[in-house]
Amino acid sequence: MSIKANAKVQDAAYTSFYHDAFVRLKKDKVAVACLVFIVLLILVAIFAPLIAPYEEGYQDTSAILEGPSSKHWLGTDEFGRDILTRIIYGSRISLSVGLIAEAIAVTIGVFLGALAGYYGGKIDAVISRIIEVFASFPHILFAIVIMFVLGTGVINVFLAIGFVGWTGIARIIRAQVMQLKEKEFVEAARASGGSDLKIILRHLIPNCLSTIIVVVTMAIPSDIMYEASLSFLGLGVQPPVSSWGEMISMARKYLRTNPTYSVFPGIALVLTVLAFNLLGDALRDALDPKLKNL
Amino acid sequence: MLKFTLRRLYQTVIVLLGVTLVTFIMVNVVPGDPVAVMLQKKADDATINRIREQMGLNDPLPAQYFRFLTNAVTGDFGNSYFQKKPVMELILRAFSVTGTLAVLVLAFAIILGVLMGTLAAVFRGKWVDRVIMMISTLGMAAPSFWLAIILQLIFGLTLKWLPISGLRQPNAYIMPSVALGMIYAASLARLTRTNILDAMNQDYIRTARSKGVGEFFVVAKHAFKNAGIPILTYLGTLIKSILGGSVLVETIFSINGLGRLLVEAIMKRDIPIIQGCTVYIASVFVIANLLIDLTYGLFDPRIRVAGPAKR
Repeated sequence: MSIKANAKVQDAAYTSFYHDAFVRLKKDKVAVACLVFIVLLILVAIFAPLIAPYEEGYQDTSAILEGPSSKHWLGTDEFGRDILTRIIYGSRISLSVGLIAEAIAVTIGVFLGALAGYYGGKIDAVISRIIEVFASFPHILFAIVIMFVLGTGVINVFLAIGFVGWTGIARIIRAQVMQLKEKEFVEAARASGGSDLKIILRHLIPNCLSTIIVVVTMAIPSDIMYEASLSFLGLGVQPPVSSWGEMISMARKYLRTNPTYSVFPGIALVLTVLAFNLLGDALRDALDPKLKNL
Repeated sequence: MLKFTLRRLYQTVIVLLGVTLVTFIMVNVVPGDPVAVMLQKKADDATINRIREQMGLNDPLPAQYFRFLTNAVTGDFGNSYFQKKPVMELILRAFSVTGTLAVLVLAFAIILGVLMGTLAAVFRGKWVDRVIMMISTLGMAAPSFWLAIILQLIFGLTLKWLPISGLRQPNAYIMPSVALGMIYAASLARLTRTNILDAMNQDYIRTARSKGVGEFFVVAKHAFKNAGIPILTYLGTLIKSILGGSVLVETIFSINGLGRLLVEAIMKRDIPIIQGCTVYIASVFVIANLLIDLTYGLFDPRIRVAGPAKR
């Protein structure tokens, strides 16, 4: 940061930590581009019926497995469904997996991590072993087994991926709460009669918020990939619901004759994951550089 | 170090117990009667009940878990419902395939990742660095199953250089290893770059330079060795992810490995295989992690005395 910019920050009467971080983030052109892309993607997902060239599930029987054309920009699939339309509707699944699965993972992870970090001792030992047990299963494998238990379907995909992802957050929050609880403000809160629950909810977790934001942003792309992987294996979202992973799985059969059918949903997936990855990096640099090795 | 080793051993046993318990609970809450599945509804209720009795499925769940655990310790996961063979035999046969693939993936990821990361760190800010970082950013965003399909399309169908499925020829290992290893090579490149750059800012590097040590040796001997610990830590996660990711790559390339065994067992609801595979894969990771923790001392003499910091 230049001296001039530094002086400007100091001149401001009050700049909060998050405002500072936002200023830093805005300077990062790549991050802004990713943010714009993600916002556009969210709009596309919400307004899919208005944007998609065809209705979801509409079958053009005169155009089966065609390549890109003026009528079907990205071609059609084996039922004559427009691939662009299905990609647009597929964004709904990918984005909601990111959102809902992370909400589940954060709830479990923050709760257990904060308890372990705050109380330490036996509680910490028990929670840490539980974290280790659940972290011993490869994520995708664990998600597959949970899908086996719950059965296929959109809601179950959210649950499975959410339940797989909490251990990482729990570990980070545990470590951070352990450090924070020694700080003066926690001591002050305790001295003024704050209960444990109040200290955790009102003081410790809000202080972990920037870490939570970074970790969630960095976990969303993995969740999107897990959903695509599950659906690719036929264990996730079931047809006729459009999911990028399911589309790639169906397209495999026609790789020889219609290679573009496999390529386009994959590009949508790569771009989305890329945008979240880069935004996550930028957020980490702006909010919490300590998490560099994540 | 002895105390640390013993504590880690004790923790490992507890975690392995937890792994068997979690797996057992999961597969046993699945609705549906495994015996009815096994006999494909061709038997009457009396027969089903007799077989349930024989298999011990009418016992209380804690008794069933205890039996599963004592058998698992001796390497016995029961028999497959459909293949009528011991699960352990199927797992070991599949693991020899997945294990070979995993070693190749690991080698590919480490060699490419560490090489790219080191180059990027040495040429920090130059075009080499920028190109490597761009490739690794892209590599981290491409899911293995899609990359596999694109590789099949380019090198299998168009150029016809490599076989698109099976593992009959040695060159058939190339595409699965690259497809699965790319994402890990990419993240290792970033990790290596960050850690070497960090290490280069330390005092001992300045000391080495001031003593007139050449730049090559500074990187090769000092920076590299100190950047090794975070990379070693990452290796545990890497092994776990590769074992998980093999599920997808094995499905695409029709490789009869552990991942495919598991997915097919799930489709058929072959519970002993699902249970056995899950416990086996998790145990491989837990034990690999233990070994990694115990080798830290080789990298850093400080740890030899105090034991690794909690991750």
